[in-house]
Amino acid sequence: MATTYRTCPVSGLQFEDQAEKLMRWNAVAGVLWLLVGGITALLVILTRWPAIKLLPADQFYLILTAHGIDMLILWILFFEMAVLYFASSTLLRCRLATPKIAWLGFWLMVIGGITTNIAIFQGESSVMFTSYVPMQAAPHFYLGIILVAVGALLGVAVFFGTLVVAKKDRTYQGSLPLVTFGALTAAIIATFTILAGAGILIPTFLWSVGLIKEIDAQLYRMVWWGLGHSSQQINVAAHVSVWYLTAAVIFGAKPLSEKVSRFAFLLYILFLQLASAHHLLSDPGMSAEWKVLNTSYFMYFAVMASMIHGFTVPGAIEAAQRRKGYTNGLFEWLRKAPWGNPVFSGMFISLVSFGFLGGISGVVLGTEQINMLMHNTFYVPGHFHTTVVTGTTLAFMSITYLLVPVLFRREMILPKLCQIQPYLFGISMSVLGLVMMGAGTLGVSRRHWDMAFSGAPFQYEWPGAAYLMMGLTGIFGVIAVIGGGLWILLVVGSLLFGRKLDGGKVADRPTPIPANTQAASAVAHGSDHVGVPGTVVLALLLLVSFVLYYFVNWKYLSEVWLLS
Amino acid sequence: MSAILPPSDRLWWKQPIDKVEWAWIGIAFVWGMIMFVMMIYWHIYGKQNLSNEAYKTSPEMFAAKAEKFIAENTVRTETEQQIPVVKVPAGGDGYLIARLWAWYPILELEKGQTYKIHLSSMDYNHGFSLQPVNINIQVIPGYEHVVKMTPTKEGTYAIVCNEYCGIGHHSMLGRIYVK
Repeated sequence: MATTYRTCPVSGLQFEDQAEKLMRWNAVAGVLWLLVGGITALLVILTRWPAIKLLPADQFYLILTAHGIDMLILWILFFEMAVLYFASSTLLRCRLATPKIAWLGFWLMVIGGITTNIAIFQGESSVMFTSYVPMQAAPHFYLGIILVAVGALLGVAVFFGTLVVAKKDRTYQGSLPLVTFGALTAAIIATFTILAGAGILIPTFLWSVGLIKEIDAQLYRMVWWGLGHSSQQINVAAHVSVWYLTAAVIFGAKPLSEKVSRFAFLLYILFLQLASAHHLLSDPGMSAEWKVLNTSYFMYFAVMASMIHGFTVPGAIEAAQRRKGYTNGLFEWLRKAPWGNPVFSGMFISLVSFGFLGGISGVVLGTEQINMLMHNTFYVPGHFHTTVVTGTTLAFMSITYLLVPVLFRREMILPKLCQIQPYLFGISMSVLGLVMMGAGTLGVSRRHWDMAFSGAPFQYEWPGAAYLMMGLTGIFGVIAVIGGGLWILLVVGSLLFGRKLDGGKVADRPTPIPANTQAASAVAHGSDHVGVPGTVVLALLLLVSFVLYYFVNWKYLSEVWLLS
Repeated sequence: MSAILPPSDRLWWKQPIDKVEWAWIGIAFVWGMIMFVMMIYWHIYGKQNLSNEAYKTSPEMFAAKAEKFIAENTVRTETEQQIPVVKVPAGGDGYLIARLWAWYPILELEKGQTYKIHLSSMDYNHGFSLQPVNINIQVIPGYEHVVKMTPTKEGTYAIVCNEYCGIGHHSMLGRIYVK
């Protein structure tokens, strides 16, 4: 198929025509789902805020189901498709393999997303994101998710195919760039995640139309989390790739060590599937041995991988800054970083919030015995709002400030507001996660309409501090929604009204990535080693927080009723 | 030269790893091992471990056992719905039914005694969330989970349902007395 290649005059990135269109459509579809997810977020927040309690119970559970599906599946998956096409076709400067299949995947995802949303808003499918059986949704609820999964699988296949095309057409030499390698791990994880999803959602769909009589409730939970948790690990691999991408684009940063960073990505593939089990730690159907082995991701190798990335990403930035001469003290490199550039500020808040809040809380929550203190409490959504939202969503938002001029050829409107947005959203969402975890530590339930238990035969009064935490959840939740809404306005506004930018030269064939000369590579790893003392201090700070918080929770556990 | 280009050194896997990076990898590995050992340590020396004892059951079978237990051990009834308050024999077995939308019956325990509490659901997933102690256990239909519990303080405790179970989920509140 004839296609063209455009070289962006700003970034030097080369976009193949088909891939570029697919990236745009996927990104725009993602933003639209984020809009729906954001509106539902506001309604959820205003209902859980005890002083407001906006929606009646049935509408609350309906809206909460929509919020989970539209954010966790649709917004993120559509954006990730754009990331995959970018990491393959754009970074490797080759044509996209089978663009028709990619479009088929896109439309399947669109139709599936709409189908599931119709099922939810018809009111018969308020079963939450997890849709635990035997609670049953309308058949088209499951069917829609299956279509989205098939569409995503096609997109992943196109990504793999594009890697083959690049290799065959020799558009690059040597190994894949690190960012593409990270995207490859995300795509591999996506493949077995989607297969696990098919393994449970297809039988559940057949059960909903009456073809299968019964699905074991425990078995459902086990297989479903093969989808539910692993899909979050796709996000981790994708947003870590975006962190490396940002560091490379803003600072020209190169990985401290290709070997270490790639090895860490590889650990994600090998060990995180086990981590799905930490959703089942308080379940009756598994033995303690099984839980301990799986909880520890078989000796915490996937945690180790994240700790490695948490070190090497800021380390790469520090090394690049020090090479530019910001060598005073421990932190001049960080102080003199471009904090006014939303691409960087968003990425760095994402890194810090994901590491300190999402990462630590996730490991503590996923400890076999400590899980009993937090299972199904408000701590759980608190945790994942600091992984999936400040981690993944914020990383995707910040890279969009780069993509709008480069991919959509529009200048961002209102640059002052663009500067503020990552701080507004990132900080309020981080505080939101913290106060949600606070409420959960006090026992407040997730997915619960009424802290006053109206209609119950008894009374239970939550501690005052729990109400305080829920009030703060309301306040920071609303600020976070404003921050997210601002991003949507800025992006959509720029796409519609931003100044048009020059698209750059268009050619019939790709310009391959120039090969490194022997001399250049000798310089590259000869004498350019610089230390990263600032990153070491940050990493040790993370470790100390991690250790303290971990053992504080064992202390809490030792104070509850004895259980055996 | 950067993360968006192929590695500048084609033999990147032969490049030495910096000492600082090795140190951090070592720290992360050791910390992971400590966390791994901690869970095993707690199984041996800790006093809060979730029971391994569980059986496949059916709502009918479990309800029959629970009804027998309630009939034999009820000491009084409470509230307008006449919910039985059942005194679990010290060191003995108690049954707690989770169903839409109630925890049934009310259990009465003694401080310092160990009880085997049998948990199961009659319909959907439910969440046993003991407050204000904050112990949370998943309750799944078709599975009978036998959890050994030793209350450490007297008082009136609430069982909140913290697994979403439909429109009446928020009204699913149970009670345990500890004397």
